[in-house]
Amino acid sequence: MASTTTQPESAAAAARRRGRSPAMVRRRRLVDKASEALLFSAAAFSIVITVGVVGILVVESMGFFEHVSIWDFLTDTQWAPLFDDARYGIAPLIAGTVTVTAVALCVAIPVGTVCAVWLSEYSSPRLREVLKPALELLSAVPTVVFGYFALLIVTPFLQKFMPDLPGFNMLGPGIVIGLLTVPYVASLGEDAMRAVPTALREGAYAMGATRLQVALKVILPAALSGISAAYVLTFSRALGETMVVAIAAGMQPNFTFDPREPAATITAYIVQVSLGDLPHASIGYQSIFAAGLVLLLMTLAFNIAGYRLRKRFREVY
Amino acid sequence: MSANLERLIRGRQWLDAGFAVLGAAMVVLCLGTLGILIADLVRDAAPHLRPEFLNSFPSRRPEDAGIKSALVGTLLVCLVTAVVALPLGVAAGVYLEEYARKNRLTAAIEVNIANLAGVPSIVWGLMALGLLVYKLHMGRSILTAGLTLSFLVLPVIIVATRESVRAIPQVLREGSYALGATRWQTVSRVVIPSSMGGILTGSILAMSRAVGETAPLITIGALSYIAFLPPAPITSAPPFVSFEWLESAFTVLPIQLFNWVSRPDPRFIENAAATGVVLVGMTLSMNAVAIVLRYRLRKKYTT
Repeated sequence: MASTTTQPESAAAAARRRGRSPAMVRRRRLVDKASEALLFSAAAFSIVITVGVVGILVVESMGFFEHVSIWDFLTDTQWAPLFDDARYGIAPLIAGTVTVTAVALCVAIPVGTVCAVWLSEYSSPRLREVLKPALELLSAVPTVVFGYFALLIVTPFLQKFMPDLPGFNMLGPGIVIGLLTVPYVASLGEDAMRAVPTALREGAYAMGATRLQVALKVILPAALSGISAAYVLTFSRALGETMVVAIAAGMQPNFTFDPREPAATITAYIVQVSLGDLPHASIGYQSIFAAGLVLLLMTLAFNIAGYRLRKRFREVY
Repeated sequence: MSANLERLIRGRQWLDAGFAVLGAAMVVLCLGTLGILIADLVRDAAPHLRPEFLNSFPSRRPEDAGIKSALVGTLLVCLVTAVVALPLGVAAGVYLEEYARKNRLTAAIEVNIANLAGVPSIVWGLMALGLLVYKLHMGRSILTAGLTLSFLVLPVIIVATRESVRAIPQVLREGSYALGATRWQTVSRVVIPSSMGGILTGSILAMSRAVGETAPLITIGALSYIAFLPPAPITSAPPFVSFEWLESAFTVLPIQLFNWVSRPDPRFIENAAATGVVLVGMTLSMNAVAIVLRYRLRKKYTT
């Protein structure tokens, strides 16, 4: 054998050959510690970002509220911070945001839920394998393209039935936002429904239930927690959607809940101001941060409410 | 069987069949909308779908206008986003799955990332305007835009990384430890390479999101009339690389589209449509690649 002819190896040399010399072990331990610290700082960086976002919104909004009383901000029914006779009531922007979101949800929730039930309980696995990713493509199209769609296709189409509908309105963009959020409801809803144990489904079928009865009376209630999570996500997407509204709803603050009228949402107002060239630290500049803070608070409030709701409906198998 | 019961059963079967039709109709409606959207874009864009459109600058004359600067801007902004967001997101995801102890700090980071995912995109733009442009004086540059979009897509990459790291069988890690590997060696040579497929899928989806994102870039004040290219990254004089382009003003495809679609002159609509075709082509093909990748991965894990 070869080993009998060579010099017997010293313990240190053997360790070195196997990569275990004391220096090497020490170095590896160091690399190990350093890499963990590096990875941790990457994870902790997300907190830095959050502090940055909330911090800058609060700081700039405080500048805004030095000029504008919170009372006026909440009760005035006009929003015109850039006029000579400036008015600072956030109500019109909130009305626009709520109206567009409501229209969007009226489309996304029924259509999305029906799609989810159908994909989960009716379609064959092979068909589902193709249709689900295809549906998800709908939310992959950039929203600015959906804005084009709302302004140039959906609104003219609606005008055929409603001749009085103005070119800029909240109905068209609302419907389009609804369509682009359908995949969230459909995809996440379907995931939740298929996570319901098959035994429940089979039990219901054994009792002679039809597919519709199984879906509505067994699967939907059991998957309610997951489905409501999908609804919450859809809601926050619709609330924060910007480009569709900015292109097709007219960017004109209007205190109304009538979707046939043009109006501005919080997001559209921020875009409108950003398109102009506002001097830093002016009241107009600060107003977009105050508007952004309101949007963030609305989103957060709804997410917390959704979280509570989900906890209440959670079914554990 | 009584006639009453039979009627009841038949009624339920009808309802069931009705829902089968309704559901299929809804799915077809959604896919049809996508089809109509694309078909209409292509039809409106037809006169502009030629190579010169990609290779000319925006112009006051709609028939001469092109998207050269927007295309280059989109590519460069996405490059910055990828360089910043991918390492950061993968590192954060790996930390949370492989290292993080169950304590309050970890819980705080997890809740925080979930919340970041829900922040409306325009709010990221406000953060970038207030913090990056005015407090850190980065200007309305490619660097600012890239950083803004990296923050926006970070949660997507973190979640994708965590999911694919979690899917790795424990035996792979144990095998590595049994051979005497340290934790970092296990993570860098076993865990990350084996979860690469999932990470890649998530990253492609994140980048497709970045390509189409408009609102936050409008907020930082990205100009829309840019008839020049940023300085070239490769120079003739040593050191042959230049990072001046990072500080350059820019425009991107979605902003160019927004600009054209809001012009009163209807001839610009064709330009907007053509930009839309390019944009939709880019995002849909990225998504298609991600779908195929995901499909292959699932096959690999199930067989």
